[in-house]
Amino acid sequence: MSAPVIETRGLGYVYNPGLPTEKVALQDVNLQIERGEFVGVIGQTGSGKSTLIQQLNGLLRPTSGQVLIDGEDIWQDKEQLRKFRFKVGLCFQYPEYQLFEESVYKDISFGPKNMGLSQGEVDARVRDAARFVGLGEEMLDKSPFELSGGQKRRVAIAGVLAMDPEVLILDEPTAGLDPRGRDMILGQIKAYHAEKGNTVLLVSHSMEDVAKFATKVLVLNDTGVLLYGTVDEVFSRAEEIRAIGLGIPQITQVFRALRQRGYPVSDTVYTVAQAKEEILRLLAERGAAR
Amino acid sequence: MIKDITIGQYFTGHSPLHRMDPRVKLLLTIAYVVALFLTNSFWGYLLAGAFLLFCYALAKIKIKVILRSLKPVIPLVIFTGVLNMFFVTGEPIWEFWVFHITWEGLRFAAVMSVRIVCLIAGTSLLTYTTSPIALTDGLERLLAPLSKLHFPAHELAMMMTITLRFIPTLVEETDKIMAAQKSRGADIDSGGLMKRVKSLIPILIPLFVSSFRRADELALAMECRCYQGGEGRTRMKQLRLRLVDGGAVLCMAAVVAGCILLNYL
Repeated sequence: MSAPVIETRGLGYVYNPGLPTEKVALQDVNLQIERGEFVGVIGQTGSGKSTLIQQLNGLLRPTSGQVLIDGEDIWQDKEQLRKFRFKVGLCFQYPEYQLFEESVYKDISFGPKNMGLSQGEVDARVRDAARFVGLGEEMLDKSPFELSGGQKRRVAIAGVLAMDPEVLILDEPTAGLDPRGRDMILGQIKAYHAEKGNTVLLVSHSMEDVAKFATKVLVLNDTGVLLYGTVDEVFSRAEEIRAIGLGIPQITQVFRALRQRGYPVSDTVYTVAQAKEEILRLLAERGAAR
Repeated sequence: MIKDITIGQYFTGHSPLHRMDPRVKLLLTIAYVVALFLTNSFWGYLLAGAFLLFCYALAKIKIKVILRSLKPVIPLVIFTGVLNMFFVTGEPIWEFWVFHITWEGLRFAAVMSVRIVCLIAGTSLLTYTTSPIALTDGLERLLAPLSKLHFPAHELAMMMTITLRFIPTLVEETDKIMAAQKSRGADIDSGGLMKRVKSLIPILIPLFVSSFRRADELALAMECRCYQGGEGRTRMKQLRLRLVDGGAVLCMAAVVAGCILLNYL
């Protein structure tokens, strides 16, 4: 069995150690994420989500413990750190504020160029990434500053995709977008995951999105991991999740309530589409029984 | 990272110095600086230095803080000291080739060093004990008479307030943008000078863009709250002279007088 693509051992991080403003952000985090998973990362504000994802590509140095990518400690050799930045592509919240080039094409190519790839390879990467986020050829020559908010966002995400990272981490990629823009970006990320088969970590506040797209769910609470498991495993422990101020998807709540009232429905319904199937199944059973 | 840099740091407190009117503090700081340059005698400097230490003790600010604020000016102090030591003409006490140290030079070097140290420590005390808002407020009031001559006192103070307010925001923003560009493999910390300057472009451009955006938003928000310049504006915190201000003025008057009189001893 190969090593998990991401592993943390006793990972801890303290902000401003030794100062009055000292704050423990992470404590003894042990995590193993297998290749090819689509992990939904949830947790309340201040639960260490941002700190954790910045550890995974070496932007923050752990104050204790280790981060291993593909079984290699990323801090073993500081010279090699950049290699891991390309392996673990991190896309921050509101990434459109990082755009700086004069054209969309140039901006997307910033990452691949830093990797030292050949001209041809860079070009292929840029076009591939633009295709994934649904940016047409005609967009590539435009200035990123004349695009709409949603388009800028997609350019910025393409900038990370173009590095073709083994692990893609997105910190709330849909924050501040309208529902249509949100569905579009999430759909594109899902398609990207399906085609490339690499690992994706999606930080989100929306349980619906996590339930719909993720294969695994990571719940963080107050400096550590509360739960990590499949969507079924995690959402079946609704009480624990609710106790830390998060919720389960609304449709799941509806079905759990139905079950409590004696309807023989499944309580592992996470999306409206699943709900429809479940209700049709139930109606068909009732119809047959009559 | 960048967050560690502090500009015009303010320490909250309730000492008499903290409670003083910022206008009085500003004027007294100027008076102190003038006194530093008027005095010429050993005893004068001793008085000025002792008064400064007294003020720091009164404000409950640790000596460590003074030393830290002096750290960046140490090269300057040494530079002026050494320069004065060698280039002031007078009675030589040590000579070698073209170098000669004179008694007057040595004296002047010491004087200049003490002056610079007292100057930095004294003006730092102003920012240590006055919040930036109070400081700009005081400045605006002091400059207010000049607005009769069409000097934009209120605008200047408002600009200073906004600048101070946005320094932490911009620092945070810079950190964020740096993290984002590093995630895309930007190499900021290595390479030659040209490479480093070039590597700043991906950070500075987004920073400029977002500064302009913020400025636009702020202007809009201010207009929405009917901001229309300083005319007819009232304030929540009225500046009033109190007993402590009177006492401070007397103390400073004594120190300035002492510094001048000690020249003639």
